[in-house]
Amino acid sequence: MSISHAPPGSSEPDISDIPDGALVKATAATPSPPDLEPLLPASSRRTRIPRWLRRTTGPVLLLILWQLLSATGVLTADVLASPGRITQVAGDLIADGSLSSAMATSLTRVAAGLALGTLVGTGLALVSGLFRIGEDLVDAPVQMLRTVPFVGLIPLFIIWFGIGEAPKVAIITLGVTFPLYLNVYAGIRGVDSQLIEAGESLGLSRWGLVRHVVLPGALPGALTGLRYSLGIAWLALVFAEQVNADSGIGFLMVQARDFLRTDVIVVCLIVYAFLGLLADFIVRSLERLLLQWRPTFTGR
Amino acid sequence: MATDVHRPVSPEAVPASETSQATPSTQATQAVHVAGLTRAFDGRAVIDRLDLDVRPGEFVALLGRSGCGKSTLLRILAGLDRDIEGTVLVPRRKAVAFQAPRLMPWKKVWRNVLLGLPGKPGRAVAEQALKEVGLDHRTDAWPKTLSGGEAQRASLARALVREPDLLLLDEPFGALDALTRIKAQRLVGELWQRRGCAVLLVTHDVEEAVLLADRVLVMDDGVIAHEQRIDLDRPRDITDPRFAELRAGLLERLGVDTAAEAA
Repeated sequence: MSISHAPPGSSEPDISDIPDGALVKATAATPSPPDLEPLLPASSRRTRIPRWLRRTTGPVLLLILWQLLSATGVLTADVLASPGRITQVAGDLIADGSLSSAMATSLTRVAAGLALGTLVGTGLALVSGLFRIGEDLVDAPVQMLRTVPFVGLIPLFIIWFGIGEAPKVAIITLGVTFPLYLNVYAGIRGVDSQLIEAGESLGLSRWGLVRHVVLPGALPGALTGLRYSLGIAWLALVFAEQVNADSGIGFLMVQARDFLRTDVIVVCLIVYAFLGLLADFIVRSLERLLLQWRPTFTGR
Repeated sequence: MATDVHRPVSPEAVPASETSQATPSTQATQAVHVAGLTRAFDGRAVIDRLDLDVRPGEFVALLGRSGCGKSTLLRILAGLDRDIEGTVLVPRRKAVAFQAPRLMPWKKVWRNVLLGLPGKPGRAVAEQALKEVGLDHRTDAWPKTLSGGEAQRASLARALVREPDLLLLDEPFGALDALTRIKAQRLVGELWQRRGCAVLLVTHDVEEAVLLADRVLVMDDGVIAHEQRIDLDRPRDITDPRFAELRAGLLERLGVDTAAEAA
């Protein structure tokens, strides 16, 4: 700064050689410097403990508490078996092959129901999403049917399909169909009309529009639907297998209930949870693969 | 034959053959021929018996207040709006660049460029077009990772790869920042001179119109209310007094008081 200041106490400010604009600045008292605080880079503020360790601490503590309660006899085996016991039973069930065969049966049911439901759900959504007439014919009945709790249909399905695999697959199919239908339909109808117009201006045919614009645009919605559907598929499986079954994880659980084997029940629950996680992982991977064009917010 | 070059954008009610029979052969010398065009929305005529001719290779800018129907006219010429009455003849090969780039986010840039092209053109075709707009380094990028200017250039490449006889530009620089806009305007000028296609630029920026166009049209009340030839030499200099004069004249036509601006 080349501007010279008049002394603060001076009665006659020396402004003769200062241009007009600097006048205000020159007469104002020198501001005291503000307190500065260092802004640390985010990395230096993080604790030393790695995230995965912090994330696992909670569950591990819970397990320890559970084991303690079981060991001290507060939690008796007929209420809930101890984690140690459960691990042991899980080992036994795996060793004699009963768990893997039950898992195979259950997985087959889910896969069949999911495949059928995906076919029906997306098929209907395509019909009502792509065609005005399809919407008029399909949408209203589907919206009506979807309000019926599908689990309530189990008795009817048993009458229709007997007690074999058919009613179980049917209940899963039904559960899967509606969330897929709703999301694919919404996805198709939610495609940006500006993009459709751009496609038209580029000379795309009707089928070209569907293939290059509408279907890829509906994909995020469809995958959301698939994720919902998977969750519901497991739920439907649990219901279907507990009503009457002679194989599968649900059957294992029903059998265990009759013998008050809480350890086996917990093992089965863990298997359900594990399969659910696996399914979620598959859909996430699918999303990462198919929606890589979408820049997503990954959280801070 | 005239119908080989010019495909009428026919009103939906009239079969295409009828209108094409009515095509006088003299109109084949035009890149765009519009006569008595009317487009009404709910009984209100936005375009009211409009006539317009654009010569092949001519750069025409269309100005007008917002809501005057200039974008509607462009959409009609692009064949996106067929609820029309009157005669509209446009080249078969035409391309549009919209205000928003409207790239398919799920297709990589080069696939976007080739989208809708007949046959199975190879990637090299797209690369050539992207090189022309200076975007060859982003060939494999996802559209959402492009900056505004880059996306608009990709959209231009997509239009140019069709080798259009008529290029329709709907405020293509409207969403760009000032610096990027100057670059994009320059690019469009260069591309037009190289390609020699007719261009119809819809804009609300008078300066842009005077900078680029051979002829500036002002649309008002559903018709072309004013026409101004721009005979300045290219490249044009916005500090040229004649430039300022043309600009002021057009602004006045648009109802902007330039005296107040000068004060």
